[in-house]
Amino acid sequence: MKDTYLGLVNGPLKQVAKTLGLPQPVELHRFDSTPAGYRRKPVLVLGSGPGAQTLADLLLENGFEVRRHANAGESLRAIIAVLDEAAAPRDLSETVLEIGTALRSLARCGRVITVSAAPNATQQSPELAATAQGITGLTRSMAHEMRGGATANGVLLDGVDVQAPSVATALWFLLSGKSAYVSGQFITVSSQAGTPIGIREFLSTGDAGPLAGRTAVVTGAARGIGAAIARNLSRDGAQVLGVDMPQAGQALAEVMNEVGGRSLQLDITTETAAEKIAEAVGGPVDIIVHNAGITRDKMLANMDASRWDSVIAVNIASQARINAQLQAKDLFAEGAQVVSLASTSGIAGNRGQTNYATSKAGVIGLTAASASDFAERGGTINAVAPGFIETDMTAKMPVLTRQVARRLSSLQQGGQPVDVAETIGFLASAGARGINGSTLRVCGQNMVGA
Amino acid sequence: MSTPTQRAVILGGNRIPFARSNKQYSKASNLDMLTSTLDGLVARFGLAGESIGEVAGGAVLKHSKDFNLTREAVLGSALAPTTPAFDVGQACATGLETVVSLNNKINAGQLESGIASGVDSASDAPIVVNDSMREILLELTRAKTLAQRAKIAAQIRPAYLAPQAPSTSEPRTGMSMGEHQAITTAQWQITREAQDELALASHHNLARAWDEGFFDDLSTPYLGVSRDTNMRPDSSAESLAKLSPVFGKKLSSPATMTAGNSTPLTDGASSVLLGSEDWASEHGFTPLARLIDAEAGAVDFVDGAEGLLMAPAYAVPRLLARNELTFEDFDVFEIHEAFASTVLSHLAAWESEKFCRDKAGLEGALGSIDRAKLNPLGSSLAAGHPFAATGGRIIASTAKYLKLTGKKRSLVSICAAGGQGLTAIVEAA
Repeated sequence: MKDTYLGLVNGPLKQVAKTLGLPQPVELHRFDSTPAGYRRKPVLVLGSGPGAQTLADLLLENGFEVRRHANAGESLRAIIAVLDEAAAPRDLSETVLEIGTALRSLARCGRVITVSAAPNATQQSPELAATAQGITGLTRSMAHEMRGGATANGVLLDGVDVQAPSVATALWFLLSGKSAYVSGQFITVSSQAGTPIGIREFLSTGDAGPLAGRTAVVTGAARGIGAAIARNLSRDGAQVLGVDMPQAGQALAEVMNEVGGRSLQLDITTETAAEKIAEAVGGPVDIIVHNAGITRDKMLANMDASRWDSVIAVNIASQARINAQLQAKDLFAEGAQVVSLASTSGIAGNRGQTNYATSKAGVIGLTAASASDFAERGGTINAVAPGFIETDMTAKMPVLTRQVARRLSSLQQGGQPVDVAETIGFLASAGARGINGSTLRVCGQNMVGA
Repeated sequence: MSTPTQRAVILGGNRIPFARSNKQYSKASNLDMLTSTLDGLVARFGLAGESIGEVAGGAVLKHSKDFNLTREAVLGSALAPTTPAFDVGQACATGLETVVSLNNKINAGQLESGIASGVDSASDAPIVVNDSMREILLELTRAKTLAQRAKIAAQIRPAYLAPQAPSTSEPRTGMSMGEHQAITTAQWQITREAQDELALASHHNLARAWDEGFFDDLSTPYLGVSRDTNMRPDSSAESLAKLSPVFGKKLSSPATMTAGNSTPLTDGASSVLLGSEDWASEHGFTPLARLIDAEAGAVDFVDGAEGLLMAPAYAVPRLLARNELTFEDFDVFEIHEAFASTVLSHLAAWESEKFCRDKAGLEGALGSIDRAKLNPLGSSLAAGHPFAATGGRIIASTAKYLKLTGKKRSLVSICAAGGQGLTAIVEAA
């Protein structure tokens, strides 16, 4: 759905919006696989420890121009603040103030990325925990202050150092247009697992792409976000098996023929769904994206059993059953990667969506609790929580509500289905195997669920 | 009984749900429906951009602009444009004939893969000007001067403006198929109750198959239709008994054929994927079944020597004899239900000593068919009958049924206009 306001404030009404102090969203820079695009300006790496130097070297190896101190007047692609050495809140001062000075040089759709220890109340000293947790507050606040399509996110090191392969993969994701609509979020790297890859490979497509040679199952692939996921995973090299309700078969066939995939008409809530999926894959399931979901909104006072039960059955019970059956029957491949669709409604709750929010919060719980099982076989399970995404579903919202919902995010606009799909492609890639059990929001730092 | 040259296997199929004509698909052309059906098959098997050996298809009610219907559908589909195609016509047996011919080409080593298909729309049917008008219009194109044109145009009479709608009447008798069958029905003394019972079983069997998800990997919805619209899962012997007869009302015996035990005009399309065993295994496809043999038949119905739709009654005994099989050797009988009484007339003929001896040239009766084995997935009475699409529906369904149930052999029989019939043996792969 077209955001008319976005077009106007970047066109004829630019000056008016500026004068009146109206929101000024910009067209986000999305996926661009050309080095001239993703490396178009220098990256400033701040921090005095060895971690900062390691990452600076990594960026140099990947062809970036790297600065260790800001040059006055030089426009920056990104600011990466490596704070992994900070032991007390007072240690942050120098680097944080340097970020502040450099912010004015940040290019349109630029990036601020903090790299720091993950907060861990049970294993860190109070002072260390205060520092780690403090950095999350810093990063979130910076995200709120970003303008011109820029974002601020953090990479959290949970028992690993910056050399963990998934730290690099997370940086490539955050530096590239793939993370255009991700802001104020944290990617936690919790193991050394993952194939080290360079940014060129991470942004390659087709047979050279990060998912080349893998088969990906996408449920709910006939339309909307699911169709975008199928297109993206295919672009990144995966063979796609699209699954959707038999009734959605015509649209599913169109999407699958477009991406050279295969269609499977299947009600995922049936007892035999897992078996049928594995049979259609024709071998162990390597990547599965549990995207199929429905809404049956009603205030709880007016909720009936069919609304409640169908949402639970489709959005959470089917995923749990399919995962469990594939595990029990040993139908997951070694290193299998699962990505589930949660929602910001599952984080913050939403009026009229008790059923939906229950199911989506359930996805977050299921994902976190399944992580160790998947890790045992070298795999991962993660969730993505979309915020306001421009789909047929949001197109049905009342005009004013929709306009307000869009401006409620730090990026002052709704996301596109492709933004969700990009994040899923990242979490399903071999380079992201050190990220497990997490839920990553794709919401432009929406106030809802913050 | 696969012979050394038997390389072809049936791999699967796709059809759009069939819809009663002038309903959901009334604006869809044969080309639209066939293209969508091919696209559904392509998506199911991941064949987008692939070149298939040959696609065979056809339609009974065909516009002159659709002279290259199947090739045009291929060009509009996700298949590689380098996929050759050809059109086939054998009335209601068209769909089955496309399967037989591609099967034989694969067995002959001419093809490694093929898609057999068929489509028909009784809604978007060709309407042509009548012959008098057509002659005048053709004369007009030949005329050279204004005076000549004016003279020719002056011959047009109001009656000439009446268009000729297509009909299912036999060109040589002017009688509709239903009226022809009514004579046969009376000859074989097929009762109204027996016909209604067969129609009821058809609806119930088809509905059960849909409910069990049997068609989930054999169909792709089209224009919002996800099940056959003619199907009446809730129909009962009582509701069928209430319908008034529509055919055979002028015969001396009581009319028994109603809208409930006759097939309605239907729109739809179907397709079947065939390949050599090697092609199938290269693609990771599991063979469902093989088409072992086929036999066509025709009867002299014009002078009334035999009923219009009785050709299968002659073709089946020949097919069985050539393959040294009896009815006992079959687990499934897929007999196209043009009318309930057509199926029942065939069964009666095969049970009749007299018919089999005097007419089919056998030593005695061919035998009777266990009704539990007859059309276990429902047939045309419930699904409807888009003429050229029926063969593909039956072949794909029975092939999957054999695979799913572990049963071995299926006899397929389709009667066709012009006094023809086409029959085939399908065996589990």
